[in-house]
Amino acid sequence: MPSEITLTVNGVAVSVSAGATVAIAMAVAGQACRNSVTGEARGPLCGIGICFECRVAINGRAHCRSCQIVCQPSMDVRTDE
Amino acid sequence: MQSATYDVVIIGSGIVGAACADEFTRRGMKVAIVERAVVGGGATAAGMGHIVVMDDSEAQFALTRYSQQLWQALRTELSDDVEYEQCGTIWVASDEEEMAEVLRKHEYYGERAVPTEVLDAKALHSFEPNLRSGMAGGLLVPEDVVIYPPCAARFLVERAQKRGAVIDLGRSIQEIGLRQVRFSDGSVLQADKIVNAAGAWAAELTPGVEIKKRKGHLVITDRYPGFLRHQLVELGYLKSAHSVTSDSVAFNVQPRRTGQILIGSSRQYGAEHKEVDRDILTHMLQRAQEYMPGIGPMSAVRTWTGFRAATTDKLPLIGPWPGDASLFLATGHEGLGITTSLATAKILVDQITGVKPEIPIEPYLPSRTAKESAHA
Repeated sequence: MPSEITLTVNGVAVSVSAGATVAIAMAVAGQACRNSVTGEARGPLCGIGICFECRVAINGRAHCRSCQIVCQPSMDVRTDE
Repeated sequence: MQSATYDVVIIGSGIVGAACADEFTRRGMKVAIVERAVVGGGATAAGMGHIVVMDDSEAQFALTRYSQQLWQALRTELSDDVEYEQCGTIWVASDEEEMAEVLRKHEYYGERAVPTEVLDAKALHSFEPNLRSGMAGGLLVPEDVVIYPPCAARFLVERAQKRGAVIDLGRSIQEIGLRQVRFSDGSVLQADKIVNAAGAWAAELTPGVEIKKRKGHLVITDRYPGFLRHQLVELGYLKSAHSVTSDSVAFNVQPRRTGQILIGSSRQYGAEHKEVDRDILTHMLQRAQEYMPGIGPMSAVRTWTGFRAATTDKLPLIGPWPGDASLFLATGHEGLGITTSLATAKILVDQITGVKPEIPIEPYLPSRTAKESAHA
């Protein structure tokens, strides 16, 4: 496994260390994960898969908890904008 | 308020009790509402919240259409959180037999001035691309509406309060009738008229009322904006909803304003416990996926149950209760209480105030069932 993994966040390439979660990639990309019903930016709160605040779409599947998913090469991560 | 005297005391602040409070106060009567829990917290909070025209019978059609028009007239006054969305209903036909039902329904509604549009397979697919391919078609009823019922109940109660109605929450009732509401703590409320609007629990307060609890399950998903545009109901729903004895599930989904999808439906008799029944839930979700395979991978946020107030002839009980001149019923609306609440209030208050109702009221009078039981 390579020591560094490159994926895309909203189409922009981001590189993280192997083993990093998607939540880390979102932080590296400087992006909020999603917007609440009332339009507030949301990101990881609990970091352990309980709060559901850090959801993103991964490879076309909506509402994936970014704190629970390890980055894979060429992953397509999108926020709900 | 123990010693106070009211023109009307309404038992229950679900959508039906709330609508009655609104209408009684509109006509200048002094009203108290007694609620054992919170406003709109029973079937009103548990149900889907559709305002639909139905045609199981002429009486059902008359009540649902009249009430839908009352909702339309109220639309601009409703608070934003009622989430009034005229998304329309599509009755989905999975085969040619159900397509024949689409045409029958189209003709029936057309004869009664309800606009509808027959959709062939291609049109249905363009309206709802996430339905599985191979459907025969459907019937679009564009004037059908989806709302968020607990906020509608609260809106109606607050409007009644502005006209002087009082509401007593968290009160447990021992007995009602003969111009008295007797509470479990021994206190008593005097009223000229009492309206039992206690939904599925109406028979506990008025023995002899023929109401059975019909349990339902619902699931709400996370937000998937754009996945669903109309309320969808399978036409097979008619077959399953008509059965008055057996458990059944049917495909019925609603788009909510948030992009969430409300998934139903199930019907069970004799299930008194409120816990989620895994087998029924599984069947219900399988049925939903047969119609919309894209529902399968979705995340569900919450699953819950509720109890419809079901009558044997599928029509509500609206009017005087024989044997007690002070007691009136407004219950038995089963799955149509949100739709028919406003019309229920109108025709009940019309009866009490001696105004000629807009529609014939005989099919809804409680005496139709009480007669049978009295002679049994």
